[in-house]
Amino acid sequence: MAAIIEVRDATKRFGAHAAVDRVSLSVAEGEFFALLGPSGCGKTTLLRLIAGFETADGGSIAIDGTDMTGVEPQDRPVGMVFQSYALFPHMTVAGNVGYGLRVTGVAKSEIERRVAETLALVKLDGYAERMPAQLSGGQRQRVALARALVKRPRVLLLDEPLSALDAKLREQMRHELVRLKQSVGITFVIVTHDQSEALSMADRVAVMELGRVRQIAAPDELYEHPNCRFVAEFIGRINLFDGRAAGVVEEAGGRRLIVEGAALGRVGVPMNGASAAASALAVGVRPEKVRLDAAEPDDQRIRLQGRVVEIAYFGETSQIMLALDGGATVSAALTNATRSVRPGVAVGDVLWASWDPADTLVLET
Amino acid sequence: MIARQIDFAARRDLRAVLAAGLVFLYAPILVLIAFSFNDSRRTVVWQGFTVEWYRQAFEDEALLEAALNSLIVAAGSTILSTLLGIMLGLALHRYRFRGKASLEGLVYLPIVVPEVCLGVALLVFFSALDVTLSLATVIAGHVVFSFPFVAVIVRARMAGFDPALEEASRDLGAGTWQTFRCIMLPHMLPGIAAGALIALTLSLDDFVVTFFTSGPGSTTLPIKIYAMVRFSVTPAVNAASTVLILLTALAAAAAMALNRRDTTRELP
Ligand SMILES: Nc1ncnc2c1ncn2[C@@H]1O[C@H](COP(=O)(O)OP(=O)(O)O)[C@@H](O)[C@H]1O
Ligand SMILES: [Mg+2]
Repeated sequence: MAAIIEVRDATKRFGAHAAVDRVSLSVAEGEFFALLGPSGCGKTTLLRLIAGFETADGGSIAIDGTDMTGVEPQDRPVGMVFQSYALFPHMTVAGNVGYGLRVTGVAKSEIERRVAETLALVKLDGYAERMPAQLSGGQRQRVALARALVKRPRVLLLDEPLSALDAKLREQMRHELVRLKQSVGITFVIVTHDQSEALSMADRVAVMELGRVRQIAAPDELYEHPNCRFVAEFIGRINLFDGRAAGVVEEAGGRRLIVEGAALGRVGVPMNGASAAASALAVGVRPEKVRLDAAEPDDQRIRLQGRVVEIAYFGETSQIMLALDGGATVSAALTNATRSVRPGVAVGDVLWASWDPADTLVLET
Repeated sequence: MIARQIDFAARRDLRAVLAAGLVFLYAPILVLIAFSFNDSRRTVVWQGFTVEWYRQAFEDEALLEAALNSLIVAAGSTILSTLLGIMLGLALHRYRFRGKASLEGLVYLPIVVPEVCLGVALLVFFSALDVTLSLATVIAGHVVFSFPFVAVIVRARMAGFDPALEEASRDLGAGTWQTFRCIMLPHMLPGIAAGALIALTLSLDDFVVTFFTSGPGSTTLPIKIYAMVRFSVTPAVNAASTVLILLTALAAAAAMALNRRDTTRELP
């Protein structure tokens, strides 16, 4: 698919501080794309560069094949949903939604038709004459969506669209956004600091840190194959152990990297791209890939022995934390797959935590 | 007996002090209004109700001309100072520029400078430029002390304006002027109206600046009333004063009502 947004080396500085630092990414037509990262990493600034509210200090941004340098926000084929919604307080819902059509000289009958149509799309029929102050947070959100969508932009930009909603509403709105995206078929670029939002909604996610993009990948790729320590730690939970490369061995299953570390001992892990020359590595494994046994497991698995120090119950899973000799810890997530069976684990038990070498992540730090 | 000291923290004493203050402030005005309806030339004794003095005042050509001048000056200076005040208030709200702090200080200057000094300064200025004193110079003088009030009010109003609204408007395809007219102006409007009414009030009852900047034929109502009083306090003066009080009070009350509505009709 063709790229609808092409960002090349975009940089935005506020004083000496680069809020967006040489970011390059391309969003495909019709894609649901997420910008994910901790607060202050430059997500909003990048979105505002795309919308035209900030002027880049370097690099270029093209939308639909057209370079956007010097193009005013009102002339860009994008619609923005602001974090604060930014509804016009002195206009009714219909006035807000129709605003973008009125100022561009669309005929009155056409405006009425499209406003009604879009309000129906966001399930706000019957609210046309309300004032924004008379709406709940979720309803205001929908008005903001309708107001942007009624203009039929090529791209909808959403800045933390769910952050102002409470947990229950957020979940509901998440489904709603995916549904909306499917029914209007345009490209969505969403900014969020909540990894579960990004992973659950987006086709692809760009993970940002300190103004830079660290990895752009599909959600499962990000989770299972993070390309750096930051991404691995930011997305989901992970057990990480410091180590260093200590050689490469040829085995039947392929080349293996030997990693040595204080907590880890000496283990062989699949190379998957890690450099044998890297002196500092982190070896990681996701908690749900860790198995707990009373007896030492078979030879193939990487294993660590420890004492249970904490059992955290999350409903669908229980997280068991083992303390290893030397102070490191390893967590295992056990699925509470049935109501009756609880993991037969108690604090103080000495257990083996083990995992398949293929599930091991080797990250350069 | 030991005289009890006034305790400014006690509710009862505070009320008494407040009441005394109010009487001191408003009693003269009430007396003036009352005697403008008094059926007697001697203004100190109540003789009965009459509107004779109003009739006389309205038949006094010079008084009428002064009233008309007052209205012209008030209208002119209100319009001009409102426009200037909007522009200055917006500039102070929106832009960061060199010398902004000094400009902000200068805005307050006409508010704090003693009016007499302002009047003298204007007179010197006009005569230096060889400008003949007329209604135009009076209007200019009134604009000088009125527009800072409008600027301050507009700026305060804009401080509560969410800049994202402006961005949302542009994102939806509106140009700069459309955004100003459809989004920012409606937000500013209560502030503009309040500012304009204050300018109107200030202009209607101004004496000092007008005294220095008016020439023959450009006498306003306060100046005229003062001139009449110098000969004798006639009941017609009381009537004219009452009309002036009424006009200013109406404008001030409208300004206050607008300001109140302005603060109670915000988004939560
Ligand atoms: N208008 C601005 N002036 C100065 N610094 C800014 C401005 N906007 C953002 N920043 C800074 O740029 C960095 C990135 O901000 P932002 O893009 O809002 O982050 P995010 O949306 O990821 O939380 C932050 O350090 C922030 O303080
Ligand atoms: Mg942000």
